Amino acid sequence: MTQATRTLTIGAIAVAVAALLPLVLSTYQVGLATEVLIFGILAMSIDILAGFAGRTSLGHGAIFGVSTYVVIYLVSQGSSPVFALGMGILASAVVAAVFALLAVRTSGVYFLLLTLALGMIVWGICLRWTQVTGGENGLRGDIRPAILYDHKTFYWVVLAVTAVISFAIWRFVRSPFGLTLRGIRDSESRMRSLGYNVPLHLFIGFTVSGFFAGVAGGIYAFFNNFVSPSTVALAQSVEGLLMTIVGGVGTLFGSFVGAAAIITLENIVSSHTERWQTVLGITFILIMILAPEGLVGKVRALLGRVSRSKSSVS
Amino acid sequence: MDRRQFLKTTTSAMVLSGLGTLPQRAFAQGAPIKVGLLAPLTGVVASGGREMVEGTQFYFDSIGSEIAGRKVELIVEDDASNPDTALQKARRLVEQANVDFLIGNLLANTGLAVANYVKGNGTPYFIPIIAADDLTQRQRIKNVVRVAGYSASAFTHPLGDWALKQGYKRIATISQDYTFGHEQCGGLAQVFTEGGGEIVQQFWHPLNTADFSPYLGQLANMKVDAVFAMETGADATRFIQQFASFGLKGKIPVLGAMNATDQSVIRTLGDECEGIVSPAHFAEGSTVPVTKKFVDDYTAKFQKIPSLYGFSMFSGAMWVSEAIKSMGGKIPSKEALVDTVLKTDLTGSPLGTTVKLDSYGNPIYDVYIRKVMKRPDGKFWNVPIETYKDVSQFWKYDPATYLKQPPYSRTFQGIKKG
Repeated sequence: MTQATRTLTIGAIAVAVAALLPLVLSTYQVGLATEVLIFGILAMSIDILAGFAGRTSLGHGAIFGVSTYVVIYLVSQGSSPVFALGMGILASAVVAAVFALLAVRTSGVYFLLLTLALGMIVWGICLRWTQVTGGENGLRGDIRPAILYDHKTFYWVVLAVTAVISFAIWRFVRSPFGLTLRGIRDSESRMRSLGYNVPLHLFIGFTVSGFFAGVAGGIYAFFNNFVSPSTVALAQSVEGLLMTIVGGVGTLFGSFVGAAAIITLENIVSSHTERWQTVLGITFILIMILAPEGLVGKVRALLGRVSRSKSSVS
Repeated sequence: MDRRQFLKTTTSAMVLSGLGTLPQRAFAQGAPIKVGLLAPLTGVVASGGREMVEGTQFYFDSIGSEIAGRKVELIVEDDASNPDTALQKARRLVEQANVDFLIGNLLANTGLAVANYVKGNGTPYFIPIIAADDLTQRQRIKNVVRVAGYSASAFTHPLGDWALKQGYKRIATISQDYTFGHEQCGGLAQVFTEGGGEIVQQFWHPLNTADFSPYLGQLANMKVDAVFAMETGADATRFIQQFASFGLKGKIPVLGAMNATDQSVIRTLGDECEGIVSPAHFAEGSTVPVTKKFVDDYTAKFQKIPSLYGFSMFSGAMWVSEAIKSMGGKIPSKEALVDTVLKTDLTGSPLGTTVKLDSYGNPIYDVYIRKVMKRPDGKFWNVPIETYKDVSQFWKYDPATYLKQPPYSRTFQGIKKG
């Protein structure tokens, strides 16, 4: 079995299991599961840059939130949900393209700071442009279409979208283009001397990543029926990045594991203690010490060790 | 314990704690009344959130956690001062913990997010702190009731009238630049200018302004009769301190929004806060016996004079409990609870007067004009100096006409031209 077919099989099984979840979970838990899927897509979009192009972005929360804002604004102005979603994703891609233009020539900590600053600009605009964004109070509306009103139906639709998006991202990073990105991650100067247009590749990579973040943001709009500046705030970008890291940078589907871990932890721990942020912090530190390659990365490494020791026995 | 063992135990502990929160099924009558309290226990307004929990707890303790023979189960969730978290916690309380009603939240954006959620499912949601005007005005949601709370502009209307009576002609306002500030300033500006006063200048500054000197420098030379300060939390503290250090205290009278001289602010301040005038339904320095008793009991229990957060949650919890009591402890449906609360008058609250809800779900109070004064023990508190009877959130305007004007915002302050 090749690696590709194995990944696809595991993916198909995961989707099938996920599709059965609403039958056993309570409505609230289905809601959480939906959120895991949405943030899983956001984390994957970050992973495209972090894991495959070696660029860690702290502006993806803002890109994600732009789509949320656009969708809620348009639907409450009377647009059709599908059109609004399209426009939201487009807006995110455009914002990502602008970010990319400014950021692709940097790397490392400069890239981090530049995306952080750009994200803060988006946050500032959402906070101050009160006539359109509702300022601090944000925008509200009952925008989810009636046919998706039921928790389970909505979950299944989101799951279907997630499956398609995940496949698309997986194909994207495995394409020759994705391989070029990996080349850039490993050695930018080598790729440049081989004749690759490094900034252009990063620009496209960033824009595509923003496109996917926009998909997640658009779905989030229908999930929450509400958006406020906290959706585009730095904390959102950081949370997305944490999900990527906890799941495992460069593992792509680890994003869902990371999202699930963080969202579940947040919700369970905060119901028991108001010191939940401390507990979360300690958990992250433990993960970084015990499994710096992320949860999925760790499991892969362990499996690799098992199969190696087996083959050495036989 | 080696690392592997440690990992095993921690994982199993995590799994177990996860199992502990699996859905609990709803019980029939005889089961406790479940109260979902949302309060910001972390984040920017955490100190206010803590007092909200104290106030609520204080009330339920005072009735032995029992309403008409049924136990009360209080479930507290942290909204982290963040609307997304508030929304998620509201979902948990409603869909998983099956609470009978939600109460709480502090920041307007968290309240608006939760209100939008309960609009869809009819869960009763009580907001003793959230002041956003439109929740009981233009965007009213029937199952969102402001028990023991107030709409932002409701108290600054009478303050505007009071300012006119003092003979003030020129007022400048300084306010945090967000809806709560816009609404409070708007209430004052409309009544004051319609009565012949002039709003000379309005300063809007971002939340968490460290340095007020640019504004204070201008204020000093404006020849205003008074300044209206709409500040909350740390901004209020800094404004009052810097106003005094600029040597303006005693030269320009300060009118404040109720939150600017709330106990949560002035309990950390000294002489610089003395003499600030503000309007509110509650004044901890009142001589009304029930108010005095409440303040004394609360101070004895928590070692601090109650703030509006503690008072409002105490009274809000009382209001809903009285309604449930009048139904004999039974909550036949969500609608029934909302309807009964809307019909219930609050009689036993620390205010000492009967409070009714108007047909928009907002209480009608006697509004005190209060002045910050020093107590014999050196602490400061708000003492009533004048009372406006039965103040509606629409002041003296006709509700229908009032609702036709746009909501107060940075661009619309209700200022009468010329």
